[in-house]
Amino acid sequence: MDDDAVFKALADRSRRLLLDRLYRNNGQSLGDLCEGLQMSRQAVAKHLGVLEEANLITVQWAGREKLHFINPVPINQISERWIGKFELPRMRVLSDLKDALEKKPRK
Amino acid sequence: MASSFVYVTFIRTTPDKLWTALTERAFTEKYWFGAHLVSDWKAGSAWKIIMKDGRVADTGELLEVDPPRRMVVKWRNEFMPELKAEGYSRCVFDIEPMGEACKLTISHSIEKDHSKFVEAVSGGWPRILSNLKSLLETGAVTLPDSP
Repeated sequence: MDDDAVFKALADRSRRLLLDRLYRNNGQSLGDLCEGLQMSRQAVAKHLGVLEEANLITVQWAGREKLHFINPVPINQISERWIGKFELPRMRVLSDLKDALEKKPRK
Repeated sequence: MASSFVYVTFIRTTPDKLWTALTERAFTEKYWFGAHLVSDWKAGSAWKIIMKDGRVADTGELLEVDPPRRMVVKWRNEFMPELKAEGYSRCVFDIEPMGEACKLTISHSIEKDHSKFVEAVSGGWPRILSNLKSLLETGAVTLPDSP
């Protein structure tokens, strides 16, 4: 999937808020997601479109209701690509440092 | 209300290759934390997941098998009493060809509010699917080891 689309989708407070709401309660309709928000229904629908485009949410029909589900797969991919890769060597450095420091006292 | 999760990933591969990767041991062992699946892949057949250490992780039955497009599994955890007590979940695998890629959708649900089972699998699926995507697209996985 396109990483640019994922980063762009995440670079917006309202869209992150919508993802947080889906994380807490997955499978909501547009109406559910609008509840208590200071945003128009159209604005929420537009944000959901951007999230869907980035594959961060997926929609399923339950009868006549369109339900939105958070899709954590692209976030996991970003985490592996941009965090896991850099964290591993750093952790190795720390464990090497620990080994080196702990060895020192005994001469 | 039921608990459910829907996972979607787009993988540059063919439906046949993706189906093989979802069912054959040589593949699952590489991206599913060393686990393999045992079944004859026919509707109505038994199905189980064996972990790397030989323990049975989950068991169930194949409700629908339509290679290389769709598979529905009746799925219950076996090794964690708390999760096993929640009973059977339903896991649907859908494969749709989209240009040069396939869209893989996994919908996993259980008829139970705030299910611990769905919470547990929701931590595993994203990693399994990222590994599967890397394996099919590049021939290697990013995180080969356990969760």
